[in-house]
Amino acid sequence: MIVVYILLGLMMLIAAVAAIQMRNIVSAIITAGVVSLIGSILFLLAGAPDVAMTEAAIGSALTTVIFLFAWSRITEQMKTDKKSSEHDSEGGSND
Amino acid sequence: MIKRIIIIITLIGLSFVLLPLFLNMEDAERLSELSQTYVTEGAEELGTANLVTAVVVSYRGLDTLGEVAVLFAATAGVTLLLGTKKKGGSVTDLLEERRGGSELLNTGAALLFPVLLLFGAYIFVHGHLTPGGGFQGGVVIASAFVLLLFIESDREFSHSVLHSLEALSGAAYVLIGLIGLWFAAGFLDPRFLPSGEIGRLLSAGAIPLIYSLIGIKVGSELIGVVDSLRRRS
Repeated sequence: MIVVYILLGLMMLIAAVAAIQMRNIVSAIITAGVVSLIGSILFLLAGAPDVAMTEAAIGSALTTVIFLFAWSRITEQMKTDKKSSEHDSEGGSND
Repeated sequence: MIKRIIIIITLIGLSFVLLPLFLNMEDAERLSELSQTYVTEGAEELGTANLVTAVVVSYRGLDTLGEVAVLFAATAGVTLLLGTKKKGGSVTDLLEERRGGSELLNTGAALLFPVLLLFGAYIFVHGHLTPGGGFQGGVVIASAFVLLLFIESDREFSHSVLHSLEALSGAAYVLIGLIGLWFAAGFLDPRFLPSGEIGRLLSAGAIPLIYSLIGIKVGSELIGVVDSLRRRS
């Protein structure tokens, strides 16, 4: 049993470090969700199903979704900003 | 580079500070006096089969009310920042470029949506019997609606319905607490309703009622957060 705990803990650590080190934001968000998922398994093994449910539902599902929505909004904003700045510079050169 | 070295040194220092905690760790021989009281008397006193719920909703009920208030403040902040500013216009423009979901996603989400809704309601209605409760059930319901957003990205949720659901359930939660103050031992005491037989759905006084209200409140708040994040301003 203790081996399972250590193995899951190591996986959690690896996922956490990977989430920080990743260049791709979307993969980093999903890896951060994996950390919560392994955490919820650990809670379940430790005999705390209530906490495990909260961790799985909020930590790994909803937080990931909210981060992904936020990231898509940021990228869209960046695209429109770029477009509008290009428009401005074109208009300036024509004048 | 120097910044990195400082970070690593800080981390090593932090782990040394926490080392005594790890070295002195030992299994608890017995529960503390307060926990012992909860464990031995909780089920009998309140009639809950799931002792965690007895602690969360009744013994530490005020903390739960505070948690709900914190969530409300967070939702209010998100709505204030990203709220419904402009209507129409750019919203439809951006959505036109979006491609629809695959057949697998559409069918799977449509199949799972009612099941998830039912499961969320089950979790918070059975909070006093099985693991889980208002918060978990509310999140499951919110995730069902997130799934619905994946297949119908142009669906509009009525924010006035969400806000009134949230406000009514929050007010009813406080009202139940006050009823406990008048007719039972204290604020948020669920024993003004008969506690019934342990393990039945209609037992444990007002705990199922409180947890259902929390579930509705959390669910509508989180749907509101996700929806205002999705909406293009």
